[in-house]
Amino acid sequence: MPVFYGTDVESPLMLGTALYPSPAIMAEAFRASGAGIATVSLRREGGAGQDFHNLIKGLNVPVLPNTAGCHSVREAVTTAQMARELFDTPWIKLEVIRDDDTLCPDVIALVEAARILSDDGFQVFPYCTEDLSVCGRLLDAGCEVLMPWGAPIGSGRGLNNPYGLRSVRAHFPDVPLVVDAGIGLPSHAAQAMELGFDAVLLNTAVAKAGDPVAMARAMALAIQAGQLAHDANPIEARDMAAPSTPVFGMAVLG
Amino acid sequence: MKITLNGEARDLAGPTVQDALVQIGLGGAKVATALNGGFLPAPSRAATQLKDGDALEVVAPMQGG
Repeated sequence: MPVFYGTDVESPLMLGTALYPSPAIMAEAFRASGAGIATVSLRREGGAGQDFHNLIKGLNVPVLPNTAGCHSVREAVTTAQMARELFDTPWIKLEVIRDDDTLCPDVIALVEAARILSDDGFQVFPYCTEDLSVCGRLLDAGCEVLMPWGAPIGSGRGLNNPYGLRSVRAHFPDVPLVVDAGIGLPSHAAQAMELGFDAVLLNTAVAKAGDPVAMARAMALAIQAGQLAHDANPIEARDMAAPSTPVFGMAVLG
Repeated sequence: MKITLNGEARDLAGPTVQDALVQIGLGGAKVATALNGGFLPAPSRAATQLKDGDALEVVAPMQGG
């Protein structure tokens, strides 16, 4: 099971809390999947925040607040500070966005914000790209977890760049790695785990499925399968066939 | 005094941020605050005076991915 900043997490499935048909279905999806972490956000209080806070506390899983929607270092830092006070946790999923069509991280601002927050005692979970230099800079800034995207948030495309993600795994063998965003199907989540990632963070693929509870369970099973497969040391792919049934001893019949 | 509260123009008596929260019905609510773009910790609200033109953000836990 993943360990983030010294904390053991009970499942490699990290599940978002947005976009569900109802709060009850969200809670049931968490129960069905056994998700180890719940991601949450902060928004202007319009009356719903207090009930939601109670609902989240009832899930009984560690909470990872995000800085979703922030476009500048200052916005992200202020949001993180408010989240720390509100949720009483040093954990922050750091998102700094530049382009709204792709929701691609602004990696320059991300590194700067990560440094400011790490120096201030935060334990930063940066939503980043699979660029090795950016990942290295984030580690230099104090991050002890990396969360490269699989594909743009909400796109459901799966892993756009398996080679890049494999490279991140190979370059930083001791850093907990999470594929964050872009997952659409359980097979995508399984693939991330087969690559040796420690966890998968997803939201839309479950919340917007026709049956979110069933999909949450499917994701959990796929993640478990992918992890087992990775630990089992899979065979290498090859171009030519290699018969699995012995050739020796075959009867001569023709 | 005239401030901007969560993006809307409001005329509140104040004079402190904590007073303003009470005046909008959030005196005891689980919220976090930012004043003019900077984090304002909860323990500082009662000692922080509002002035005309201030922008106060009051946020609460919400769904997120």
